[in-house]
Amino acid sequence: MNYFPDEVIEHVFDFVVSHKDRNSISLVCKSWYKIERCSRKEVFIGNCYAINPERLIGRFPCLKSLTLKGKPHFADFNLVPHEWGGFVLPWIEALARSRVGLEELRLKRMVVTDESLELLSRSFANFKSLVLVSCEGFTTDGLASIAANCRQLRELDLQENEIDDHRGQWLNCFPDSCTTLTSLNFACLKGETNVAALERLVARSPNLKSLKLNRAVPLDALARLMSCAPQLVDLGVGSYENEPDPESFAKLMTAIEKCISLRSLSGFLEVAPLCLPAFYPICQNLISLNLSYAAEIQGNHLIKLIQLCKRLQRLWILDSIGDKGLVVVADTCKELQELRVFPSDVHGEEDNNAAVTEVGLVAISAGCPKLHSILYFCKQMTNAALIAVAKNCPNFIRFRLCILEPHKPDHITSQSLDEGFGAIVQACKGLRRLSVSGLLTDQVFLYIGMYAEQLEMLSIAFAGDTDKGMLYVLNGCKKMRKLEIRDSPFGNAALLADVGRYETMRSLWMSSCEVTLGGCKRLAQNSPRLNVEIINENENNRMEQNEEDEREKVDKLYLYRTVVGTRKDAPPYVRIL
Amino acid sequence: MEKVGVYDELDNLKATELRLGLPGTEETVSCGKSNKRALPNNTEKEIESTGKTETASPPKAQIVGWPPVRSYRKNNIQTKKNESEGQGNYVKVSMDGAPYLRKIDLTMYKQYPELMKSLENMFKFSVGEYFEREGYKGSDFVPTYEDKDGDWMLVGDVPWEMFVSSCKRLRIMKGSEVKGLGCGV
Repeated sequence: MNYFPDEVIEHVFDFVVSHKDRNSISLVCKSWYKIERCSRKEVFIGNCYAINPERLIGRFPCLKSLTLKGKPHFADFNLVPHEWGGFVLPWIEALARSRVGLEELRLKRMVVTDESLELLSRSFANFKSLVLVSCEGFTTDGLASIAANCRQLRELDLQENEIDDHRGQWLNCFPDSCTTLTSLNFACLKGETNVAALERLVARSPNLKSLKLNRAVPLDALARLMSCAPQLVDLGVGSYENEPDPESFAKLMTAIEKCISLRSLSGFLEVAPLCLPAFYPICQNLISLNLSYAAEIQGNHLIKLIQLCKRLQRLWILDSIGDKGLVVVADTCKELQELRVFPSDVHGEEDNNAAVTEVGLVAISAGCPKLHSILYFCKQMTNAALIAVAKNCPNFIRFRLCILEPHKPDHITSQSLDEGFGAIVQACKGLRRLSVSGLLTDQVFLYIGMYAEQLEMLSIAFAGDTDKGMLYVLNGCKKMRKLEIRDSPFGNAALLADVGRYETMRSLWMSSCEVTLGGCKRLAQNSPRLNVEIINENENNRMEQNEEDEREKVDKLYLYRTVVGTRKDAPPYVRIL
Repeated sequence: MEKVGVYDELDNLKATELRLGLPGTEETVSCGKSNKRALPNNTEKEIESTGKTETASPPKAQIVGWPPVRSYRKNNIQTKKNESEGQGNYVKVSMDGAPYLRKIDLTMYKQYPELMKSLENMFKFSVGEYFEREGYKGSDFVPTYEDKDGDWMLVGDVPWEMFVSSCKRLRIMKGSEVKGLGCGV
């Protein structure tokens, strides 16, 4: 039913960018489906096993940008064994075979090999952008292929990957003719960097806007780099020597002063606090500051720096900032939208009195009216504080609170934190992501089911009493896409209550819960469009078929919707029912 | 950070109470499945059920994947601690005239000659020969180090182990400054 020729419709579709909207458009009618699929340039696949490369290419032959996510979120915390899956090679092979004009590839939690990088670099003449987040399996040799062969490369962004650093000369592999770089991030590389090669590369990249260095790039190199790239918008500082001599310091100051476009700062992996003043002149321009790896910037040095950052919208920090420091943030950063406070002491070894508490959280909520995303690790919390936060900040989209000790109650009243989280979900009508912690009963899930209408992702750990908890959530949160649960007493009754529900979600993770093998089998039987994976690494528990006990509790369950059936690349300890 | 004294006491009282169950669980929690569940006998360790005591408590057994911090982040915050605990003893090495410093792990070497060779390779120079009385002869370069007291010493005078434990940083001196260390050049 088109009143316009296809070309006009296609032109209109060009203005529709979001994936959700484009997916909706394609559902209107056959003609729109056809036009949309042939004009789609960017495709986002939240679970690489939900679809296969052949079908992707079949539907979107003109795709230029592909985003793929592999392992489930809890893989970040070592809950998913190595070799579980998420291999990118088959995707690159298929795209190369079909001569798709790939220009951009963004991967998260996938296994990437040097072989895949080499193939990628040779197969797509217009390849421009590679973004790898939390990936593993490759070395600097793979990076060398990308540098050497991707003639149009603009962006190479490596975020928190485990990369085997062969200390080679990958930076040297960028040809002299490569002048198109706009973004280079190699902060996660652990080895030495050829600083001379880096300087030459930066000097010939006039469009370079984002540069994030690794530990091996020292102070005076930093000064030289910034001098030849005053157009930088985003900088990740590498290593920052102790005791800079006055001359080096002066050079650094001069270089920094010229970087008037700088809006985002990160890194500071090894820091001499005495060098920080060199950055004072540009602090007023900063909208993003990530000091979450800067364990040595503390106390007054940190506070002085933050007091200058009046335009900050995003702040990532360690809990060594303390409640006192958070009060300073609340007083200074009135534009703050996103805050992440990470634990500096991950093993609970130190009795860290300077860490943050509910006091800091309340102060932030009171002082920063634009706050919409928070990730907060702390040692203690109270219902009163959460209720106050809910009242101060009804605009939360993401609220993730992690109280370090499991099952910890309100430290003043010793009650569960049901009421506190209840207040959050009731006040924050736009809440899309929530992580709960501390002592929690089924009641909190009743609240979540009742009020969190927009909730798409929920993370539960050490919470709840009975199956009712999980049922409240599944019944109430209609927009739920990702549910991940660990160490909570939810079992088969909750799992099996509404099997059809799981096809409306991307995935469900349950580990150390009460679900049994029998329950999972029953679930899998009725669901051809779900992959039900049981992950069991323990040698002792690998039962032979005839000894199988259906009452046996399942260690890790991961289920996800898919249109392509069981995957073929699972390791032996993953059983797909 | 000022804490309300009364609540502290209450907290500690409760904490020293001996009872079964994971820290933080309360008798008043609504009944139904208790929080104690038999953890499968595999890689996960149970939390010890000792509450916080006023004396130093034994280190809590760690739960797999908790707190939920990305392993990448955990490893990168750790590095600092490992270095100071002597798992790999990295010291900075500067050389007069070189544009930037290097870092070496002293635990990688067993004796002075190995160290010297490595430094010579790294900075492309040679130190000459070490003599007990006269120091280094035959070269403009002299390896020195800063010890725990903050003094600059000639590398090679003390036994290797003593050197490794007291060396804070290395500096390869050159030219005229060298004379002061009695090198008889």
